[in-house]
Amino acid sequence: MVQEMVHPFSKYLRAEMMPHIWCPGCGNGIVLNCFVHALDELQTDLDRLVVVSGIGCIGRTAGYTNADSFHTTHGRSLAFATGVKLANPELEVVVISGDGDLFAIGGNHFIHAARRNIGVKVLCANNLNYGMTGGQQGPTTPLESVTTTSPYGNIEHPFNLVHLAAASGATYVARWTSLHVRRLTQSIEKMMQKKGFCFVEVLSPCPEIYGRYNRMRSGLEMMAWFKRASVVGNFSDPSKADITQDKIVVGEFVDVEKLSYEKMLHEKISKINEKALDGVS
Amino acid sequence: MPKTKNALVGAHFMNGDVACAEGAITAGCRFFAGYPITPATEIAEHLSQRMPEFGGIYVQMEDEIASMAAVIGASYSGLKAMTATSGPGFSLMQENIGLAVMTEAPCVVVDVMRGGPSTGQPTMPGQQDVMQAKWGSHGDYGIVALTPSSVQEMFNLTVEAFNLSETYRVPTLLMADEIVAHMWEKVVIPPTDKLRIVNRKKPNGPREKYLPFKPDADLVPPMACFGEGYRFHATGLTHDERGFPQTSSSEVQSRLVKRLCEKIEKNSGKIIRVEEVMLEDADVVVVAYGIVARAALSGIRKAREKGIKAGLLRLITLWPFPEKIVARVAGQAKAIVVPEMNCGQLVREVERAAKETPVAFLSKLGEEPHTPLEILEVIRRNS
Repeated sequence: MVQEMVHPFSKYLRAEMMPHIWCPGCGNGIVLNCFVHALDELQTDLDRLVVVSGIGCIGRTAGYTNADSFHTTHGRSLAFATGVKLANPELEVVVISGDGDLFAIGGNHFIHAARRNIGVKVLCANNLNYGMTGGQQGPTTPLESVTTTSPYGNIEHPFNLVHLAAASGATYVARWTSLHVRRLTQSIEKMMQKKGFCFVEVLSPCPEIYGRYNRMRSGLEMMAWFKRASVVGNFSDPSKADITQDKIVVGEFVDVEKLSYEKMLHEKISKINEKALDGVS
Repeated sequence: MPKTKNALVGAHFMNGDVACAEGAITAGCRFFAGYPITPATEIAEHLSQRMPEFGGIYVQMEDEIASMAAVIGASYSGLKAMTATSGPGFSLMQENIGLAVMTEAPCVVVDVMRGGPSTGQPTMPGQQDVMQAKWGSHGDYGIVALTPSSVQEMFNLTVEAFNLSETYRVPTLLMADEIVAHMWEKVVIPPTDKLRIVNRKKPNGPREKYLPFKPDADLVPPMACFGEGYRFHATGLTHDERGFPQTSSSEVQSRLVKRLCEKIEKNSGKIIRVEEVMLEDADVVVVAYGIVARAALSGIRKAREKGIKAGLLRLITLWPFPEKIVARVAGQAKAIVVPEMNCGQLVREVERAAKETPVAFLSKLGEEPHTPLEILEVIRRNS
């Protein structure tokens, strides 16, 4: 009798949704893999987990995860997640989305979610361009990179995402690349256990689109760049962590405690509610 | 969950925005996300004070796009949720109103209409968003929009809007205007247990067999919420009954979009409400809504005094449009008069339904709605 083999992590994924949409060499599978490892390590209750994504390649992650999941409009995942977390603070709410989704069209929602310190955990796959629409320049595209909409080289200064997150008030900020699977998984575990707004950036190779225009035609070549340029600088100054061809500062940048918005709000509500109930039969 | 304080009951003197906010609390709304905007701000202000008393949540978001997104999130977390805005914010909300339509998230959106386009006249009334209410988000869909003519109706129709949104899993719009929102009038609020309060239907089969977008005979799927153990997926992409994306199937696209339209159309008989005044023998019928309907009521009374058989069809439901009722009324009348505070929006629907019966349109823009005498004059010319 041949026994069917079941992958120990298959319970975390929706097999009906497979195969995934990602290209060969894409780093998104690694991001999902690390996320699932973190869930397993923490023995996360999947019935209390909500995964929210915006639009883009990595945005499909919500659908691939076997939890409650919601795929929002472009850029709005954090605003949606804020409603979810406030309405039911018992839920573990994770936003997994891309750099264009979270920092261009969704940039305003990001800074305000961080400022409020809503207890939502953000895992951002940064592939340095808009992959799903065929490789346009975006808010993280390095200077002089060639994309389909910066054919003469990008002249827009990119966001330094860890600096932005730290300045906006995130209680945990880390950056890794898809090469750093163990430390990435540890950072995801760490942010999942924190109470406030947390942000983990993962540089994720996009060889089929971004790499093709920038002399890194395979996932391996992009990973080689990550390997060559990465410098671990734990708790270094996030303002000095710009990503360049020669240097990618990775590590943890911020790890502080601050009362979360939902905790402050619900404590206030409880007090006012109790006071209002005085004299109510 | 916190215990619930008793909602406001009895006779009160208040403005329309406050009546709307109290209506929301009575309806069971426990989540409000919004952004300040004239002339809807008082709804947010009042709910920031009142929501916590009922254990509910008030959150001020960074813009109206985020407000609408947070409302959908809260709705999917199991709370009755609402936002309130005016034209400029209503434009920003259209994106996620479409998401609420597509993911069938029950929620209420209040648009206190002011003069547009763009920033327009923030403190002046208007009825310029009534077509946007139907067609504002891209794609085809059914939607429900109600319009109050009084402060009492700001309360009543807010409760009704929640009931309809919960019944049909559709964003329900309360299309008010600046005058109705800022006017102070007497409001009588019955005890909550004397009111009809509807809650969304929940799935009752085994969790692992739950199909989040499989409709019942009424074309509405039962709704599980986050954290209830169903582990479902919802997306703004075209999806099958499992909630999974189907981005290239014509059959799935056709079935889903048609159902989103038909669940409103086929239930329109249960949704639509109008008020008919002196229509039995009317030669001239004024079709009006919102604050303008009150001037129209005065206008038809003055016409009757002059021996003109005039009547009023007041639309309480704007969408789905009461086409059959307008057609019936038009069939018995010699002429229809439509006064609106815009350049001619709902009049087009009236013309379409009235068929052969001539329709006269009376536009008014700016500070004041039509006067009864202005409406009387058009009735007289068409009698």
